[in-house]
Amino acid sequence: MYNYDAYMLSILIWLPIIGGMVVLATGDDSKAPIARTIALGVSIAVFIFSLALWGDFKNGTSAMQFVERHDWIRAFNIEYYLGVDGISMPFLVLTAFITIIVVIAGWKVITERVAQYMAAFLIIEGLMIGVFSALDSILFYIFWEATLIPMFLIVGIWGGDNRVYAAIKFFLYTLLGSLLMLVAFIYLYNKAGGSFSILDFHQTPLAMDAQILIFFAFFAAFAVKVPMFPVHTWLPDAHVQAPTGGSVVLAAIMLKMGAYGFLRFNMPITPDASRELDWFMILLSLIAIVYIALVALVQRDMKKLIAYSSISHMGFVTLGCFLFSAQGIEGGIIQMISHGFISGAMFLCVGVLYDRIHSREIADYGGVANTMPVFAAFFMLFAMANAGLPGTSGFVGEFLVILAAFAVNPWFAVLAATTLIFGAAYTLWMYKRVIFGDVANDKVAKLKDLESREVLFLSALAAAVIIMGVWPNPVLEVMHASVDNLVFQVQQTKILGN
Amino acid sequence: MNPTAGEQIASQIGYGVGLDALGITALLPEIFLAVAACIILIFDLYNDDEGHGMSYSLAGITLLGTMLLVIWRPYGADAIDVAMNGMFINDLMSRVLKVGILLVSFGCFVYSRKYAYDRNLFKNEFYVLGLFAVLGMMVMASAGTFLMVYLGLELLSLCLYAMIAFDRDSVKSSEAAMKYFVLGALASGILLYGMSIFYGLTGSLDLTNVHRSIGDIPVDNTVLAFGLVFIIVATCFKLGAVPFHMWIPDVYHGSPTAATVFLGTAPKIAGFALVMRLLVGGMEDLHHMWRDMLIIIAVLSVVIGNLIAIAQTNIKRMLAYSTISHMGFFLLGVLAGTDNGYSSAMVYVLVYTFMTLGAFGVIMMMSRAGFEADSLEDYKGLNQKSPWYAFVMMVLMLSMAGIPPFIGFIAKLGVIQAVVEVGLVWVAVIAVVFAVVGAYYYLRVVWYMYFESPVSDASPEGPVDMRIVLGVNAIGIVAIMFWMGDLTDLCARAIAAIPR
Repeated sequence: MYNYDAYMLSILIWLPIIGGMVVLATGDDSKAPIARTIALGVSIAVFIFSLALWGDFKNGTSAMQFVERHDWIRAFNIEYYLGVDGISMPFLVLTAFITIIVVIAGWKVITERVAQYMAAFLIIEGLMIGVFSALDSILFYIFWEATLIPMFLIVGIWGGDNRVYAAIKFFLYTLLGSLLMLVAFIYLYNKAGGSFSILDFHQTPLAMDAQILIFFAFFAAFAVKVPMFPVHTWLPDAHVQAPTGGSVVLAAIMLKMGAYGFLRFNMPITPDASRELDWFMILLSLIAIVYIALVALVQRDMKKLIAYSSISHMGFVTLGCFLFSAQGIEGGIIQMISHGFISGAMFLCVGVLYDRIHSREIADYGGVANTMPVFAAFFMLFAMANAGLPGTSGFVGEFLVILAAFAVNPWFAVLAATTLIFGAAYTLWMYKRVIFGDVANDKVAKLKDLESREVLFLSALAAAVIIMGVWPNPVLEVMHASVDNLVFQVQQTKILGN
Repeated sequence: MNPTAGEQIASQIGYGVGLDALGITALLPEIFLAVAACIILIFDLYNDDEGHGMSYSLAGITLLGTMLLVIWRPYGADAIDVAMNGMFINDLMSRVLKVGILLVSFGCFVYSRKYAYDRNLFKNEFYVLGLFAVLGMMVMASAGTFLMVYLGLELLSLCLYAMIAFDRDSVKSSEAAMKYFVLGALASGILLYGMSIFYGLTGSLDLTNVHRSIGDIPVDNTVLAFGLVFIIVATCFKLGAVPFHMWIPDVYHGSPTAATVFLGTAPKIAGFALVMRLLVGGMEDLHHMWRDMLIIIAVLSVVIGNLIAIAQTNIKRMLAYSTISHMGFFLLGVLAGTDNGYSSAMVYVLVYTFMTLGAFGVIMMMSRAGFEADSLEDYKGLNQKSPWYAFVMMVLMLSMAGIPPFIGFIAKLGVIQAVVEVGLVWVAVIAVVFAVVGAYYYLRVVWYMYFESPVSDASPEGPVDMRIVLGVNAIGIVAIMFWMGDLTDLCARAIAAIPR
């Protein structure tokens, strides 16, 4: 059999990008059905490829798999160097899955510049897969930054009233953070003897003060992306203004790129600084978990509420990562994937309502259950998952992280566990105000329940949430070896002369 | 068989000796260009008004022909040809730069045709002036002595003054030409003064001789520092780096766009050649002196250029300030003082000119008779009128901003890497921070094109050749990413081979 493994990652990256170009070439809105069909076909094909990749993935090793390596810019030793391990593997499948959902979700809602919309999501899919599979830091940086462009356009073209402000803020905020990361890469390039390979960076000895500076340069890039308190302010703006599909991709995948960066860069490249500064990261994570949850509680806008809930949940991810135990990191990764499904689903639910009434204000709703019972049932499931109900995917990650936190310091666990209360409070209170009670106004009275297209994508997500909640083992097995290796790396010292 | 008369003469004067003693073959492209330009000038005298199209085509063919002569070399690609007793150096760097200059100038000619025609500027002289300016730039790229540097620079500048003033009924153009002429002449004078000081110190006009004897002069020599300051001031004036940038916005704004595009692109490549020949070819041993001057100039250029560009509402002025910041970035590579830095600067300047060329191409495409599409407002809603040209402009703007995956990023990466390599991390951090500031005004163009509704009826229209070249220009900027390694390698080889 021909060994296609060496090209799998390239296919996953370039198929959606080229597909996006083809969709773009279909031109104006008179050919919108063709654009939609091609986009759906390409996204399904990518998903099938990503499943094939998962099927061929070997669980027992922490080594990079499906490695592809070519010279690119020889003057700086920049390579086209791809590979995945157990940490990045799940995100590839997640990205491919979410893109199908987004394409279906935008099927009827988007009527203007359809080709550009679909193309933007396909291109961003390829770029995000590139982020998760790049092993050359400059290649990583190129994919990382390039994702900003389609997202900038998605927010700016199809967004809400204040979209320009949100788009520019999103772009510049994340650009500034990532440029400092670029300077760190260049510094590391000179330290690592002229190599931009991330795996070489993992081996490069570094003095403590250099590690601290590099840690903060990476922190600037990744903390903005996650986003961590206090650099989270771009997220609510971007989420509220973005079209539903944009919010879904942003919450489900782009935020994960930040946490992935912490796992791939901060912890193995600057292990001593990471251990030295773990209190700082844990502190910021706990503030995000508790304080941002309280902020979420008082939101009047549904999308803003979910955006703040995302920040709070991502606090769990960073907390889990910086506990430096296999349990914590695995919990963090599970939480990321589960949050990808749940936040995506929550935004889609809000999108379903918004498409009908064109309001995101909680106060404009009430008694939706009377007119949309099927929708209410789906929304219930996702709200419960968001609150961390056992049996849903939301529970698994949070539980693992709380366990790991307990092992380090019971107080961390106590503070982190408050999320189970606050999360339930803000999610279910919103649910109650929107769904239950008497029919609030004429608009709600005239609501039509879900159409089959909406049932399709919501049930796909519901299935994912429940399967992950009941049976997370397949995903855990993928990451075991790599996470163990990461825990080993972060316990090493890279300071020379010790 | 008896030799023919011609062969006899050739053997008597020694074809291989007599001509190549002067190295005529090395000069072949320049000679061809000069002759062709003169022929076109005369040709047009015997042609009626409709014949301008003919001389335009001839000018384009001349550029491409010259380019073929530069590339086509029967005697070893990396060989250095020193002609005219060392006055003229035909090395790999000069050839790469010449190909860049010729290609960019060809693009300028194609883009400006419609624009010039609409404004009754479509005259033979415009293209002949352009050809002579190209000749001047080629001479600069190959200059081996102070004299040739100066000759090339003046030939270029005089043609540019005339091209800027070409729209003689326009007050703005005349003002721009006047400003550029007065300040440019002053800068040329300063350059000449600096050169004469170096001549006095070293006793030679030949740059390799200057390089050789400069080491014998004590480093604390006041006259030496004085001469160097004059050279740096004049060079930075020609490049338009802060604080010698005052002329750039007014000249960019005032000139007819057909002249602005010419002024803003190819001469920057020639400016790079100027810097390399003078500072590296002649005075590399003074690196410790010019480095500190260039750090201040480069940092100020990046900071001031990017900050003031934000306040612009006219896209030509905005691009003028963006040029200033780009010149700062390019000087970052030079001031590193390593081969790696020089070749990064070379990549930067080549990449920069092709991006600017495309941007001005879109501006000229949006303009039509009696209407200058030079306000940012004119670009509002371009995506609704023409998704393709909005996409082209977006690629150009993001590439200029240095945002991956476009080449502008690799160019910036190169110069920043060069600065970090020599330990100037703080300079790199300032440059990077102001790259973010700069991203704002480039993004604003994207925002206007994609997020707003049209407010003016400007729409991109152009003849088919212009559309094709602009398309190639834009696609090239995206596609060259795949071959970026070859371009950087070529520049590295070119820099390694320059005589110093």
